[in-house]
Amino acid sequence: MERKIVIPGTIVGTVGKHKPGRGTFSEEGNIYASRLGIVEERAGYINVTPLSGVYEPVVGDNIIGIIGEVGRTSWMVDINAPYPALLRADEVQWKIDYGETSRFLRVGDAILATIASVNEARNIEISMKGKPCRKIEDGIIIEIQPSKVPRIIGKNGSMVSLLRQHTGCWIFVGQNGRVWIRGESENISRLVEAIRKIEREAHTTGLTDRISKFLEGE
Amino acid sequence: MELSSVKKDYLYRLAKEGKRPDGRAFDEYRPISIEKGVIKMAEGSARVKIGNTMVLAGIKMDVGEPYPDTPEEGAMSTSAELVPLASPDFEAGPPREDAIELARVVDRGIRESKFIQLDKLCIEPGEKVWIVFIDLHVLDYDGNLFDACSLAASAAALNTVVPNERFGLGEDKPLPLTDPPISCTFVKYNGVIVIDPSLEEEEVAEARYTVAIDKNGDIRAMQKGLKGSFTVEEIKNNIKIAQKTSKKIRKLLLEE
Amino acid sequence: MELIKDGKRIDGRLPNEMRKIKIEAGPLYRADGSCYLEWGGNKVLVAVYGPKEAIPRHIQNPTKALVNARYNMASFSVEDRKRPGPDRRSLEISKITSEAFENVILTELFPRTIIDINIEVLDAEAGTRCAGITAAAVALADAGIPMRDIPVACAAGKVDGVVVLDLTSEEDKKGDADLPVAIAPRSEEILLLQMDGHMTTEEFDQALDMAIKGCKEISKLQKEALLKKYKTFEEE
Repeated sequence: MERKIVIPGTIVGTVGKHKPGRGTFSEEGNIYASRLGIVEERAGYINVTPLSGVYEPVVGDNIIGIIGEVGRTSWMVDINAPYPALLRADEVQWKIDYGETSRFLRVGDAILATIASVNEARNIEISMKGKPCRKIEDGIIIEIQPSKVPRIIGKNGSMVSLLRQHTGCWIFVGQNGRVWIRGESENISRLVEAIRKIEREAHTTGLTDRISKFLEGE
Repeated sequence: MELSSVKKDYLYRLAKEGKRPDGRAFDEYRPISIEKGVIKMAEGSARVKIGNTMVLAGIKMDVGEPYPDTPEEGAMSTSAELVPLASPDFEAGPPREDAIELARVVDRGIRESKFIQLDKLCIEPGEKVWIVFIDLHVLDYDGNLFDACSLAASAAALNTVVPNERFGLGEDKPLPLTDPPISCTFVKYNGVIVIDPSLEEEEVAEARYTVAIDKNGDIRAMQKGLKGSFTVEEIKNNIKIAQKTSKKIRKLLLEE
Repeated sequence: MELIKDGKRIDGRLPNEMRKIKIEAGPLYRADGSCYLEWGGNKVLVAVYGPKEAIPRHIQNPTKALVNARYNMASFSVEDRKRPGPDRRSLEISKITSEAFENVILTELFPRTIIDINIEVLDAEAGTRCAGITAAAVALADAGIPMRDIPVACAAGKVDGVVVLDLTSEEDKKGDADLPVAIAPRSEEILLLQMDGHMTTEEFDQALDMAIKGCKEISKLQKEALLKKYKTFEEE
């Protein structure tokens, strides 16, 4: 099946022949796209990968969050989703005494964390216990559309490796559309330009080559 | 969303290196585009973009009574709508203090430069005069509404036609004008002062300064905003920069 | 004054002819999704924000997203300047527009959130609520809001005893009836329907049929606008 762009309400498959995957719904024997996106078939499932839309947290995602509220035994964290996430004091790497939460993370601080749980009511909990998790103390964080994250990372990390090689910057791409970058100012500017270009052209083919040429041409 | 401390640190770091996040010089504007006569229903209109900030100004005219202390002068009234369309942070509802300050500062620049000749808008002394309504509709907010709105209002005035026919007062004529003011806005953060702040620069701004310059380089209006302060030296320097920069913007505004 | 002469309307159109429509998806920078639409002399701009946390907490619905459409006319969009702020007409249109979209948006996918649809009429020439809904639907798709169809709206009416499609201001003011309709085009389900004036049952059937046909034509333009934003292009 070719990569085709579909809009909500486009027929993308038949129940029985296919299974409705991401970004689809079924109605009276047909499978329809519910999102503006690219339709493809994988393992019998018809999926529509959205070209836009909010970040929908999945357990295990590595994300970049920003502390919004400090409680006595927890923090509320903005994870760029329609829901705030809860970080409990016992889910961080440091030992925190009761009421000491603000000594470790204050409002406005940025962290690298993982989605620990999401329930049906969309209550989200995150954890900082995993290996990549830490408080972000330097560099910059930019926001990209969450739907473009796979393109910034690339197949097997090919795009993000390319970006690292050509700019000498350290890059971490959060699944929630936040990207943490460290490096020299000029290199950071070039990198951000390249990332914006990938965002704009995410739905096209031959992008990796074009980005490579773009970065070399500087 | 609370501004991330990482973002603030980054802007501060760049400032120390003499840089801005989008690579502009401290006295450089983003690209400005001015499109006049875009709204059919308005007597005059203009759409201005400064970078991604986009503002639409519409001028409507109506006949009304003059103010008692100026019986032979027309009247003008400026209002600004920060509609929720333009930013996730704008809420529906009556204008709050930032919309009011914005409208009054734009109004002041136009009024004090006598750009719209209110003394030529009298219909019947003491009884009937033209009232000029300038409505600023912000469409996309990415920083520096003061300058975008001022430019849009002036550009709209430049193509405004007094609707005499509709009111049975003779032939339609262009709005009587002199020369427009040009407004330049600066913000200060971490010891540096930059012109035409983008949204991220406004988010870290400690103090803001707007000055309206006329065609001779004289000053017609000023406004200092936010809780930070400026030194006398800084204000004088801002004025110098504004006098220089406003020339280019004036040229852009006045070309067809 | 005659509104129809020799089978043609005042602006030269035939009874079943629509005014020219131009649609652009995604023109705004800040909005999550947006659409600019011109329809005859109408100019409408829509921005969608969301889904996002519904605040204050007490307005949240624990099982689905709230849909909040706000229809607003700019002061300078009409002949006699309109005072800024919502009037009763805008509030009514906002309500029925929200309801139309609540039908097609898959709100159960985002409980406790709100989806804000901001419709700004910048230049008005009759049919603004239909223009608003048509543009809002494109903005919602642009924002990635999951829907089961893309709503579209169009009005029909009666002028000088003749059933016509897509009234102008003159026809709206002086005509015999006005019938704005919004449908989910796949199934032709009616999502919005209002009428004012005087019509026989047959005239209504005719007008409704005409409006629905008009909607289906416009539906194609919505799709084109969305696909155009993402059309593949060669290297810059």
